[in-house]
Amino acid sequence: MEFAELIKTPRVDGVVLHRPFMPTVEGTLCLTGHHLILSSRQDNTEELWLLHSNIDSIEKRFVGCLGSIIVKCKDLRVIQLDIPGMEECLNIASSIEALSTLDSISLMYPFFYRPMFEVIDDGWNSFLPEDAFKDLESMTDEWRLSEVNKDFSVCPSYAPLVAVPKGIDDDTLRKVATFRHGGRFPVLSYYHKKNGMVMMRAGQPLTGTNGRRCKEDEKLINATLRPGKRGYIIDTRTINVAQQAKARGGGFESEANYPQWRRIHKAIERSNVLQDSLIKLVEACNDQSHNMDRWLSKLEASNWQTHVKEILTTACLAAQCIDREGASVLVHGTEGADSTLQVTSLAQIILDPACRTIRGFQGLIEREWLQAGHPFQQRCAQSAYSNSKPRQEAPVFLLFLDCVWQILRQFPCSFEFNENFLVQLFEHAYASQFGTFMGNSAAERAKLSLPEKTVSLWSWVNRPQELERLSNPLYEANSLVIWPSVAPQSLLLWEGVFLRWNRSSKCLDEAYEEMVHIIEYNKELQNKVNSLRRQLAQLETEDPLLQTP
Amino acid sequence: MEHIRVPKVENVRLTDRINPRKSSVGTLYLTATHTIFVESETGVRSETWVLHSLVCSVEKQAPTATGCPLLIHCKNFQVLHFVFPQECDCHDVQVSLQRLSQPECYEELYCFSYKPNIDKEERQQQWDFLDLKAEFSRMGVPNSLWKLSSVNRDYKVSDTYPADLFVPKSATPPLIVGSSKFRSRGRFPTLSYYCKENHAAICRSSQPLSGFSARCLEDEQMLEAILRSNPRSDFMYVVDTRPKLNAIANRAAGKGYENEDNYSNIKFQFIAIENIHVMRNSQQKMLEVCELRSPSMSDFLEGLESSGWLKHIKAVVDAGIFIAKAVAEEGVSVLVHCSDGWDRTAQVCSVACVFDSKLLFSHPTNTGSEVSPIIDQFLECVWQLMEQFPCAFEFNERFLITIHSHIYSCQYGNFIGNNQRERKELGVRERTHSLWMYLWTNRTDYINPLYRPDHSQTQGLLRPSTAPYCFKFWRGLYNRFDKGMHPRQSVQDYLMAIQEETQQLEEQLASHQKVGDYLALANTPQDYTEGFITSSPCQHRAPESSLIILPQELNQTFDPNLSNNSDQESGIADLSCRSPLSEDSTRDPDSDEAAYFAA
Repeated sequence: MEFAELIKTPRVDGVVLHRPFMPTVEGTLCLTGHHLILSSRQDNTEELWLLHSNIDSIEKRFVGCLGSIIVKCKDLRVIQLDIPGMEECLNIASSIEALSTLDSISLMYPFFYRPMFEVIDDGWNSFLPEDAFKDLESMTDEWRLSEVNKDFSVCPSYAPLVAVPKGIDDDTLRKVATFRHGGRFPVLSYYHKKNGMVMMRAGQPLTGTNGRRCKEDEKLINATLRPGKRGYIIDTRTINVAQQAKARGGGFESEANYPQWRRIHKAIERSNVLQDSLIKLVEACNDQSHNMDRWLSKLEASNWQTHVKEILTTACLAAQCIDREGASVLVHGTEGADSTLQVTSLAQIILDPACRTIRGFQGLIEREWLQAGHPFQQRCAQSAYSNSKPRQEAPVFLLFLDCVWQILRQFPCSFEFNENFLVQLFEHAYASQFGTFMGNSAAERAKLSLPEKTVSLWSWVNRPQELERLSNPLYEANSLVIWPSVAPQSLLLWEGVFLRWNRSSKCLDEAYEEMVHIIEYNKELQNKVNSLRRQLAQLETEDPLLQTP
Repeated sequence: MEHIRVPKVENVRLTDRINPRKSSVGTLYLTATHTIFVESETGVRSETWVLHSLVCSVEKQAPTATGCPLLIHCKNFQVLHFVFPQECDCHDVQVSLQRLSQPECYEELYCFSYKPNIDKEERQQQWDFLDLKAEFSRMGVPNSLWKLSSVNRDYKVSDTYPADLFVPKSATPPLIVGSSKFRSRGRFPTLSYYCKENHAAICRSSQPLSGFSARCLEDEQMLEAILRSNPRSDFMYVVDTRPKLNAIANRAAGKGYENEDNYSNIKFQFIAIENIHVMRNSQQKMLEVCELRSPSMSDFLEGLESSGWLKHIKAVVDAGIFIAKAVAEEGVSVLVHCSDGWDRTAQVCSVACVFDSKLLFSHPTNTGSEVSPIIDQFLECVWQLMEQFPCAFEFNERFLITIHSHIYSCQYGNFIGNNQRERKELGVRERTHSLWMYLWTNRTDYINPLYRPDHSQTQGLLRPSTAPYCFKFWRGLYNRFDKGMHPRQSVQDYLMAIQEETQQLEEQLASHQKVGDYLALANTPQDYTEGFITSSPCQHRAPESSLIILPQELNQTFDPNLSNNSDQESGIADLSCRSPLSEDSTRDPDSDEAAYFAA
């Protein structure tokens, strides 16, 4: 097979592994097609299994004939391998470099991975659009599931099935698609059961400099308005950026052509700016200088928290328009596959209690990210340590997860899942044995036959053992809309991701265990009391004379 | 009440700082002790009470079309923005409040008029509750190495020191007096913390009057006596908590720091903590950042950085760690001083103690610091440690915030006066109440549910990380009154409610088991000969016990059909309080509306 050519030295003895906050391990380093493995001969020392695809970049250092490879991972961990022998070290380094940057997607690990667990609930079939539509149908008959994109010809980044207003036929959709960036005509994102208002998403309208208009587009979105009601268009770009987009054929909905809509511009940053922000933030977190001024100024300069605040604020605004103003909302930016999805998915977490369950959150990621065509493979190709010039990379999904974590922190009892789940999703979006986050769209996933050839992350997650690890012990279903605070004082740095490898989590883990223990002990007592009550009742009925008069 | 120019003003508007659109109209009352705002609009009568002693500044702003605004800043970081219809009322309230909030003598302090329903004896007990002597005895002194000295009984050696002080066994009164003459304000080295296990001690003092070359034999002997009180160690640290430059500048004024050449076996160390003026400035800057109206993330982070506050907090923690490590790990005694030895010194010593002994309820450090950001910093250092060690402290954040409030409220006598002598003269013990007793009485509110005395985090020295990212902005204190900024559900409250429920369940379980044992016994066929005599063995054995043992609620909620109703909630108190989501999450998002719509 092809990998053998890339592995110049498959095995080196006497390698020393340094990991933050863990004892060093000496052992044998092995390279396989997809993993870097370090195992020591001692018992009960943890082995290191690192997916090559998790490696963001490596650095080599030599002192005499002892070489060190510093491996920087996409999950932000940094480890060091001390390798005796210059040649071995160079060989290992170049092998890792080659194996971690494989171009061919068909060589990726998910195609080789065989699950060691029984797949009971196949994640590939768990969140089909037709099932989601059934739920919608039970609430309203104003929408239909269109097959216009069945062969991905109308919009290459959409799923084959999309929900559109009932009165709009497929021909109209085809026309609208030509007027929207990437063919992304407005589709249903969320239906707010409480008042029947909807959230839609799309690509930017291609008005261009001469103010092109499209009657069908106007008809489509107007079809979602109640008589006499106005809707809101949330453009995730500033008005300046939106204006500039006209020169490149893009644009925004003018007041003249969309009189029933009020347009609001927000300022969510674009992909390269976000990638730059991530790199700066991680650099700040890894700064060893122990200087408070330097830390705060680097944190500020990274702008990461600014992005979190902006995205959350926009999502809250969308939710507020729907729930409080009783208006329908259309969200778009440029392509409608990045900031748009951040906003529509976060708004649903705020509005819809179902999205705060484990299953519901999975469904949300399927609907609003995977089927909605967020280009995961491009965006997550490299993480914060990449040396190569960023092309399409951007931590759009990570920012979304960060925002969810912020809401979770503010409503710690309203989510069925805990922080572990969010961290896990971050890891798997960047490197995974599962096929879920592969490819850039439903079309690409279909072409790669991922459901047939790979295992879904959801198949792994939805097993009892894993669910237990991801469940929030504090959870009590909260049917209400939850309004997070977006004040800078309320938004925290997501330590679970950004400081994960820089500080020991022992004490915080212990606190979590203590919390779980308190809750479990309480449940145990409740069960005991209830069963005693039953026994007592039993005894009393058996002996009528014992009953109290 | 000659200071109250206007006792009542109607149609006053209280505006929300974060969202000016959300305001309420009501009546403002000025009483001898409080400003009270009673909202008149809503069906629910909502009241805001502000103690005069908490008022920090009263600022009248230029009248606008809507009225005359009055901005009140409080020492507990509450900010109230009133708008008065009449400028004259606004003026009168301002003048009254300015006078009421600045007592001209101790007698005017609230603690002398605060009269909770407690009799005299109980009050005395309150003050005995926390006895410093008992604290020292808990540490294991006096012993063969340290003794109680009465040299300062009449506050003659140092008027700012307490009467009872611990000094090395070998320190004679002439030695102490000699040393005190060489120390600023007579504050000679005295014991602050003693480590039973290894005999290492933390002592504190003020700076020596060394100037450029002055020496004092008694002072040198005093330090040697301290060193010798730790038989296992052949040197000690002398820590000056000032930046080196400040200390050097002090030499020109005849003060300064210890010369290693003159004192045998000391290791001298500077740990730069800025002085109170720098701290006050820094805190002021940070508070201005907290008060910004809808700041951007950059405004906030830049402001936080330029205030330097977290840098200072880190410096105090760093110093505390140094001293705690010296004492607990190296077993080396430490003498700590700064200039006068009452701000930074007390603070650093307390932080060091926190690392080691985790400050349980029974011994908060009552060092009698003057009211200043120094004590705020101390409380914040403890909070920062709580964030890193969630299971290590018996108390919670609310405990710290309550102490903070009462340091400034003057409701309790603990923090008034500058030193023990003044407190004695004021008759604090006879005429005021003690905060520690209040906290103890209400301790259920202040318990950290994650604390367990046998938890690993409560054993041994805390080893906090002092990487800059481990220090966080303390929203809970500095933005305490901006309700919308805090998590809408509190894990802590949830766990506290769970624990309360658990306790009830434990009691129920015990009583059910009793009933169960009893019923099982009654249902066991036995003692047939006796059985024929009475109609029921049950009635025979304990005719009334079934009524007595059965807990009240069992009788009330007991459902005979329970067997087919297995999920029946146990009959414990309503748990709706357990889910702290309550009205907060349903509440109007309008308070955030401005923020969402901004820009």
